[in-house]
Amino acid sequence: MKVETKLLMGLGVFFAAMCAVYWTWSLENAGGVMMFAAALLCFLPGSYYWWWSRRMKTRPEDSNTATREEGAGFVGAFPGSSIWPFTLGVGCFFTVLALVFGVWMLVPGLGLAGWAFIGGTSEGRRGGTK
Amino acid sequence: MTDVHAPHVDTHAHDGHEEHHGPTGLLKWLTTTDHKIIGLSYTVTAVIMLVIGGAFAELIRGQLMSPNGHLVSFAQYNELFTMHGSVMIYLFAGPFAFGALANIFVPIQIGAPDMAYPRLNALSYWLYLSGSITMLLGFFTAGGAANFGWVGYAPLSNSINTPGAGADLWIGGLLLTGFSAIFTGVNLVATIFYLRAPGMTMFRMPIFTWNMLVTGILILLAFPVLTAGLIMLYADRHFGTHIYSVAGGGVPVLWQHIFWFWGHPEVYILALPFFGMVTEIIAVFSRKPVFGYKGMIFATITIAALSLGVWAHHMFTTGVVLLPFFSIMSLLIAVPTGIKMFNWIGTMWRGEVWFSTAMLMALGFVTTFLVGGLTGIYLASPPLDFFTHDTYFVVAHFHSVVMALVFAGLGGLYYWGPKITGYLLNERLGKVQFWLLFIGTNLFTLPLYLLGLKGMARRMAVYPNAPQWQHLNQIASIGAFIIGLSTVMFVVNIVVSWKKYPAGDNPWDGHTLEWFTTSPPPHHNFYRLPQIRSERPTWDYNHPEHKALAHGHDVEEGAHA
Repeated sequence: MKVETKLLMGLGVFFAAMCAVYWTWSLENAGGVMMFAAALLCFLPGSYYWWWSRRMKTRPEDSNTATREEGAGFVGAFPGSSIWPFTLGVGCFFTVLALVFGVWMLVPGLGLAGWAFIGGTSEGRRGGTK
Repeated sequence: MTDVHAPHVDTHAHDGHEEHHGPTGLLKWLTTTDHKIIGLSYTVTAVIMLVIGGAFAELIRGQLMSPNGHLVSFAQYNELFTMHGSVMIYLFAGPFAFGALANIFVPIQIGAPDMAYPRLNALSYWLYLSGSITMLLGFFTAGGAANFGWVGYAPLSNSINTPGAGADLWIGGLLLTGFSAIFTGVNLVATIFYLRAPGMTMFRMPIFTWNMLVTGILILLAFPVLTAGLIMLYADRHFGTHIYSVAGGGVPVLWQHIFWFWGHPEVYILALPFFGMVTEIIAVFSRKPVFGYKGMIFATITIAALSLGVWAHHMFTTGVVLLPFFSIMSLLIAVPTGIKMFNWIGTMWRGEVWFSTAMLMALGFVTTFLVGGLTGIYLASPPLDFFTHDTYFVVAHFHSVVMALVFAGLGGLYYWGPKITGYLLNERLGKVQFWLLFIGTNLFTLPLYLLGLKGMARRMAVYPNAPQWQHLNQIASIGAFIIGLSTVMFVVNIVVSWKKYPAGDNPWDGHTLEWFTTSPPPHHNFYRLPQIRSERPTWDYNHPEHKALAHGHDVEEGAHA
């Protein structure tokens, strides 16, 4: 987790320094704000990883000498198949088309999206499909 | 949900992994959360977009065969160059890189069973597909598709200068594909951070996976900016805001700042994945580990870091940007890119180079990208940029870059295609395709540099009736037609080779974990995993007589370093 931390924090420090130089030199706000936001976006997860990397044991994937046995066991729960991403995708499609062809398309758009949110959440709570 | 356990340790038996019994046929495609099937869907969709965008290009080049061409009207020409750029950049190059090949191979290269968020991954694909359809729907509206250039500059893109549904569909399509990209970025970063196999440390990951991690971070930094900019553009067009219009106190050039703050990192979001593919191909077909493995990674990170501070080199001629800052930052990118060039050559140096089609494509990438990269250095210099801005010199520069990416992408398909399908493509037809593409690309791009230096402006449907201009345009058009022919040759190769040449699990004596599993890989990717001792775990397993290398040194030496 330490390399991940260094990567994000390092990028954040670089963007912050670049932002300071650019903003004070150019006095142009749009670019300054965007660079500042980029630095924050690196510091946010970077500081989370930094906090955890100091408190957790070295993971098998962070160890040069880890054996396969150390990684044996439960990896995670992965959905076998699910109709809800497709349903949500179609809902988003109609919602965006409503921007162009009329607000009536929000009815199927938001309807499908809402249905997918409920269905997907229920599927996850139920344990999903194999 | 399926509980997934780590692949079995020592045996070839298939225990330790469940067999998948899900839906079949169309329902399987609609409901899949398997990263390989999603990646394959991305691949097919992106290649269709390449063909559509390529067809637009052929029409553009057909129009420019003569000074006063009548193949298309001026209005149609505007739609064609806008949608050619939009389809190629938004709907082909990016999704092909991070949606298609990265989706399939990043989890496998790090020994993971799937992406970290499989359902989000599926949603990414559906948003990409629906975004592509949305953007192309513009052709079926009364006013036609978007026609303000792929950059959508304000105030040209406002509702007065560009009324109609085509522009709104362009915005809507970009919103959908933008969210698709953001979700894919989240998935790539989370997968690489959390689902690596034991021993697969960050500095043992394949270069392709490293590049995809950096690409994922860049996506997360850049795409939200574009999405916000598009929402403001839509608000200007329909809700009466004046964010990009002088009339209401807005600032038109703000759009350029926002667009290029996304747009230049986007260049590297497109390029880094292909850099990674080429690195893998060159190492495997040179029979050597990657030369300067860590240098490659630091070059990738440096390119990504610098890419966020160079956006306004696209805006030098606006007169409102800080020229020295953006010039210096842009020139600096040449350094890590040069390191990569050096390392690719170093990897081939004294290697046993096997000139397979994939390797030829990788070499086509290196040479073409060199031309595009060097001319980019010219354009980073404001005085030279003032001279060539909005001329065909710029068009030639970025077409050298993107054609290099096409070489790399095709190299990726020839290299990884057998792993996805289980079958090889015909090598002889592949080499014919390569040479057609190589000749066509150079015939197409090189005259455009000269035309640009002579002052020919981009986005013009007609041009002065000077013989030299016409000849150069005709050569470029012939080059474009040869590129089209090479694409036809690829389709012919797929048809001719269909299920004809079984590949086996490891046809190239590959280095990385995807060559350890079956072709195609099973559900959740692995029946077993090797011990990971270096960045080349499969090669280590297949060549136990050699010591595992840690970045070019023996493990024992590395331990003392």
